[in-house]
Amino acid sequence: MSTIRASVHGAPASAGPMPKAAHTGAISVRHLNFYYGSHQVLFDNTLEIPGRSVTAIIGPSGCGKSTHIRVYNRIYEMYRGQRCTGEIFLDGENILGSSVDLIELRRRIGMIFQAPAPFPMSVFDNVAYGLRLHYQLPRSELVDRVEDALKGAALWDEVEAKLHHPGTALSGGQQQRLCIARALAVEPEVLLMDEPTSAVDPVGTAKIEELVQRLKERLTVVIVTHNMQQAARISDRTAFFFEGRIVETGETTALFTNPSKKQTEAYITGRFG
Amino acid sequence: MALPAGTKDRGWAVKCTSRTRRKLIDRTMKAAAGVAVLIGIGVLAWVLSVVFVRGASALSWSFFTKLPAPPGAPGGGLGNAMLGTLLISAGATLLGVPAGIMAGVYLAEYGAGTRFGGFVNFMVNVMMGIPSIIAGLFIYALLVVSVGHFSGYAGAMALAFLMMPVVARTTADMMALVPDQLRESALALGAPRWRVIVQIVFRAARAGLLTGVLLAVARVSGETAPLLFTALNSPYWPRSLAGPTANLTVTIFNDAMSPYANWQRAAWGASLVITLGVLTISLLTRFILRRRA
Ligand SMILES: Nc1ncnc2c1ncn2[C@@H]1O[C@H](COP(=O)(O)OP(=O)(O)OP(=O)(O)O)[C@@H](O)[C@H]1O
Ligand SMILES: [Mg+2]
Repeated sequence: MSTIRASVHGAPASAGPMPKAAHTGAISVRHLNFYYGSHQVLFDNTLEIPGRSVTAIIGPSGCGKSTHIRVYNRIYEMYRGQRCTGEIFLDGENILGSSVDLIELRRRIGMIFQAPAPFPMSVFDNVAYGLRLHYQLPRSELVDRVEDALKGAALWDEVEAKLHHPGTALSGGQQQRLCIARALAVEPEVLLMDEPTSAVDPVGTAKIEELVQRLKERLTVVIVTHNMQQAARISDRTAFFFEGRIVETGETTALFTNPSKKQTEAYITGRFG
Repeated sequence: MALPAGTKDRGWAVKCTSRTRRKLIDRTMKAAAGVAVLIGIGVLAWVLSVVFVRGASALSWSFFTKLPAPPGAPGGGLGNAMLGTLLISAGATLLGVPAGIMAGVYLAEYGAGTRFGGFVNFMVNVMMGIPSIIAGLFIYALLVVSVGHFSGYAGAMALAFLMMPVVARTTADMMALVPDQLRESALALGAPRWRVIVQIVFRAARAGLLTGVLLAVARVSGETAPLLFTALNSPYWPRSLAGPTANLTVTIFNDAMSPYANWQRAAWGASLVITLGVLTISLLTRFILRRRA
């Protein structure tokens, strides 16, 4: 029955042909179309994202990068009139199916937004929010997991003394790492990042980039970025979007040094966008 | 000079209105605004000073603790009316605030952008404009006539009817100010919609929500017309809200219209008490908002 196989392109041997058993966070997008009302903005997107890797999504403003990744966790469903067709497989399961448990899906696929949005509560409660949502943990374990998540997001040293201060009192870069810690706490398999460093200073950006490098050991990262150097620095694979279509995908080094499409070349050499 | 707007004569036109004319217009506007402000503040100060001066002479310990004295007799107070107003206002708050908040949540979260949501929004605005005496008549026809007597409950319902749209409006407006990004962040963690609303949006908008509730309470606690047909009034202590219930505003109305000097003095005292109450609530809301900002 299962003719669907998760992508294993360039992935470590862990995936194999029986993707359902192995939770590596491999994603396979098939023929995805997306509509804002009657206005179609994504056209027949097909994309293989290997598990435990970093995939960069690049392309000019308005080409549909955000729209594309907002389908993965079905966050777009919050808004009336937004709909899509096609299939997206996460470890072999079609997450666009009607029987999918959205709450569990969103535990498995975390999302980081362009502007950090800490909840109006303490640093600790921010990170504990997802844990309290999905698990019933004894206090001591909750404390441990919050600490782990903050360490995982390279924020622990900076906030250890102010766990009970409001999350909104942190700096912009710290807030973004707080949001990353919040997402990591529930142990997702995939982390979607929509221009996570565009509102962060260079030092904060470097910290987040380092973090992404470490994260790919345990989860799949899909990162939208306008910064070509950033894509080249941190991603294994890159997908180039143009006017709602995926023009080219491939190994990042190959795509940047030897793009096969004219549009890709024009974009990465800065001729438009 | 009938040149179409935006042609080459523009520069000339700008020059002509500049300097003296613009300065003159500016000064006139400033002066007009200043006079308007003075009139407004002046009238307010006048009203307040009269209420304070004439009301203060009525205040005493027994004014807060005793039942009204018969005409001409010394002493007595409006303790029953104060207690009744507190009870009726509390009942109205209990009924009107949850209904208003839920309507506001519908407007801001579930109904936003839908046809029915637009209709509810329109109805809320219409309800806000309904004269308070109509609210009283409505509850009178609905409840007082069918039950057969006036009651504090009917009064509370009439006031709740007035509170609900105010609370719904402020709730919807305050929740609309919460950025969608916050909702998305919580949803993206796997939170169901109701949790996002209760734990994140309410919390982010809490100062605004509380302000809306307090302003609604302040607005209805000074209402007389809706109580005339519902709670009516009573010379006794309120035992429950099941019968006619003493309250400050209808007492002011009755006492001020009476020919007895001691009752008229009591009406001034009651006016001062209500004014102070509303003033306190307004200051409280300002304080809450100031602390959040
Ligand atoms: N809520 C919306 N309603 C209607 N159209 C929208 C909406 N959001 C985005 N669009 C349109 O969809 C297209 C893709 O937008 P999207 O935000 O996905 O682009 P993007 O690649 O993320 O751009 P950027 O790099 O500027 O973030 C754009 O043409 C945009 O105008
Ligand atoms: Mg975008």
